[in-house]
Amino acid sequence: MTAMPKEQTTTAPVPSRGVGAAAVQLADVAVRFRSKKRDVTALSEVSLDVAPGEFVAIVGPSGCGKSTLLKLVAGLLTASSGEVRLGGERVTGPRHDIGYVFQRAALLEWRSALRNILLQAEIRRMPSARARGRADELIRMTGLTGFEDAYPHELSGGMQQRVALCRALLHEPPVLLMDEPFGALDALTREQMNTELNRIWRSTGTTVLLVTHSISEAVYLADRVVVMSPRPGTITEIIEVGLPAERDYAETLGRPEFRAATARIRDLLGAVSAQE
Amino acid sequence: MSESALAKRPAEPAGVARRAGPTAGERLARAAEQSWRPVALLLGCFALWWAIAAAELVEPYLVPSPGATLDVLTGKAGYLWQHSWVTTYETLLGFVIAVAVGVLAAVVMVYSSTVERTLYPVLLFAQVVPKIAIAPLFVVWLGFGIAPKILIAVLIAFFPVVISMVTGLKAVDPEMLQLSATMGAKPWQTFLKIRFPASLPHLFSGLKVAVTLAVTGAVVGEFVGANEGLGYVILQANGNLDTPMLFAGLLVMSLIGVVLFVVVEIAEKLLLPWHASRRETSATTTY
Repeated sequence: MTAMPKEQTTTAPVPSRGVGAAAVQLADVAVRFRSKKRDVTALSEVSLDVAPGEFVAIVGPSGCGKSTLLKLVAGLLTASSGEVRLGGERVTGPRHDIGYVFQRAALLEWRSALRNILLQAEIRRMPSARARGRADELIRMTGLTGFEDAYPHELSGGMQQRVALCRALLHEPPVLLMDEPFGALDALTREQMNTELNRIWRSTGTTVLLVTHSISEAVYLADRVVVMSPRPGTITEIIEVGLPAERDYAETLGRPEFRAATARIRDLLGAVSAQE
Repeated sequence: MSESALAKRPAEPAGVARRAGPTAGERLARAAEQSWRPVALLLGCFALWWAIAAAELVEPYLVPSPGATLDVLTGKAGYLWQHSWVTTYETLLGFVIAVAVGVLAAVVMVYSSTVERTLYPVLLFAQVVPKIAIAPLFVVWLGFGIAPKILIAVLIAFFPVVISMVTGLKAVDPEMLQLSATMGAKPWQTFLKIRFPASLPHLFSGLKVAVTLAVTGAVVGEFVGANEGLGYVILQANGNLDTPMLFAGLLVMSLIGVVLFVVVEIAEKLLLPWHASRRETSATTTY
């Protein structure tokens, strides 16, 4: 690990632009899990600034701490050292100003699609008329119209994940955290969800942090792609994608910027796995 | 969903499938398909019983004929009804108390690891003690009335309720709990909206075991010392070598157990339609 000099051009932490400038800010964050036998370092020296409205994808091999990173931002985990800031505020416990989407939709089986979405509103005690209006808007946006009364077991994987996405966006969170949200979907549905997510991101202006295993998904969706190496999880490089925000799926895949970025990431991940 | 909403439904995106539920006819056909084997087996047993009695292979005072048993069931219906009611009453009261105490104990144990570590081993130990063996003691303490029967029914039915409820409350999707943390849910909100409903399928499987065990508990109580109830009827019939009455008592007792089991199952279907329908689909798919 140490033999290979890390590229410092893009990984160097951005000098503090003043508190509140970044939507998400990680400064020299490390996470160590203590077990009886040994200490495991899940993340080390991770520094990352995400600008408001930016879409950042995180790729890396399994066990590189990608999910850990999202949990840190959400306040579901505490960093062993370093500092995590969300909306300029230091993260010390579970944060409520985020939306979270997991790989599994994690829907309540006894609630219809609409009532699953409205769970967010019930717990937050949002005014019901406002919540209902916002839910209808999201249902239209994600193509769930006509499925409001369907129960999770009546919905396909793609539809379930759409419900989870609506639930995560209901309270208009400034930051959306997605942990391999489309990992369990078939390739076709996945492409479709990617297109939809791109559209939703543009129309909501939410900051998005997306963890994924798919290089093309990362490049198609993100402004920047964070490439990570495993054990301990560190940022190998951050790639600027340089594609326009509005992206047609087929057209984007054919663009030289897309091919250059995916090739670069594939190289980096290959180098990472060769080190092991 | 209104008709206009249906009409305006956009073309469904790829990968979208809303599975239609089975029709009433299909459901009936499936029920018949699933139940003919056990029904046939039961009828076979009755046929065997009838054949043995008819051929007089065994003395009638040892195994009465189905006809003699039926005569008792119809001829002494009033007597059986009166005692069945006592047993049913004891069973239900014991069951309800076991459920209330069991659910409460499970909730406390899941939310307090100290209580769990203290109570759980003791519960396990208490489960190992044969309740039938302590039944005479309860009669000494509580007399010949209804109280010792209910207490034994409670003790026997309590364990499956606690175990299933603890399992159910712990089986909640951890991601669902993390999600509720990001929503800023208060503990009682997480409990009412997520944990408790999620535990109900587990609880109901425990309730089905508990309700049949409660019948056993009540009858055991009656065996030890009673002047009413089906346990008393059977003991009396046994003493008089009145095997037709003994068989009739057994049949009625089994019937009570089956009816209570079915009632719990119907309650499950009504209260957890989402769970029942999921089970129907999972019967034909393998995960």
